[in-house]
Amino acid sequence: MAYIAMTTGFVLILIGLFGALTNRNILRMIVAFTVANTGVNLVMVAVGYMHGRTAPILDEAVPVAEAVARIIDPVPQALVLTAIVIGVGVTALMLAYVYKLYETKRTLDISAFKDLKW
Amino acid sequence: MIRRLFVILLLLGLGAIFAGLVGGYTPNDALNLSARYYAEHTAQDIGAANIVTAIIVTFRGLDTLGEVTVLFLTAAIVGLVLSHGHREGEGSGRELPPAGELLTTGTQLLVPLILLLGVYVFVNGHLTPGGGFQGGAILASAILLLLLTDPLRRISHGLIATIESTAGLVFVGIGVLGIFFAGGFLDNRILPIGSLGALFSAGAIPIVYSFIGLKVGAEFSSMLANLSETEDL
Repeated sequence: MAYIAMTTGFVLILIGLFGALTNRNILRMIVAFTVANTGVNLVMVAVGYMHGRTAPILDEAVPVAEAVARIIDPVPQALVLTAIVIGVGVTALMLAYVYKLYETKRTLDISAFKDLKW
Repeated sequence: MIRRLFVILLLLGLGAIFAGLVGGYTPNDALNLSARYYAEHTAQDIGAANIVTAIIVTFRGLDTLGEVTVLFLTAAIVGLVLSHGHREGEGSGRELPPAGELLTTGTQLLVPLILLLGVYVFVNGHLTPGGGFQGGAILASAILLLLLTDPLRRISHGLIATIESTAGLVFVGIGVLGIFFAGGFLDNRILPIGSLGALFSAGAIPIVYSFIGLKVGAEFSSMLANLSETEDL
């Protein structure tokens, strides 16, 4: 199970990078980056997964005394929660910059923006 | 064409590295040291049923403060980038087609329920799989629905800024109270820990996480409002 999730995550990263490197349209590049971001999150959650264990929430199913033997690793989940929120922020920032880029050149084609190319 | 070839070669290389990582990965049989510490000490030290919440709000609360700051900066930069040269008044003046019966009625029905769900999710963050960030995102989705129905609707930036700055100040203020009345900055034991699993338990965690929820909801809403106020080009 952890292998399936991890492989899917790595494949998503590759798909996202492929999309970001081959597409010329900036909006499509942003979507591709979001796909890669999801892949990274999936890999991180998969690392914390342990077979036969349950979510790190203490209740009737997971008494405090047995918690160490019954729960999966909570640290990657906390990290991924942070990563998802920051990912949303980065996406919003990219969209705002794309709006300004479109305003200056009236195109979304990345090859039209050569001002910093050397 | 040659460019595409380079891309594929690069991805093949990366894929080989990833395959090596997956191939060499062996799942853990037991929790590692830090996870073990969190599993053993959350119930008696923090009193939160959700260990992930205990890590985010208390054990690594400083990280969360940084994260909220990053989010605030993002919202501020989005506002700065998009507001530059922005004309006041009604957008481009173009007539928008009406939103349609389904979306209008659906919004009227769903927006209060979505807001209620968001508040429920962040108030119960220490008991259930939820919390301030998830609840804040749910709150902002209600704003998104409102903006979809009427793209010309103007959300009050003053209200958003007031909610956001108040929530941020309360968050830091509670953290500072922890220095004087408990073990250190952002310590949740300034209030009684209570019994595990009750709504009023885990010290200051429900309060802190509720204000994080309001702050995150306000920040996402301000990003949405700024993006919706851009003019058609």
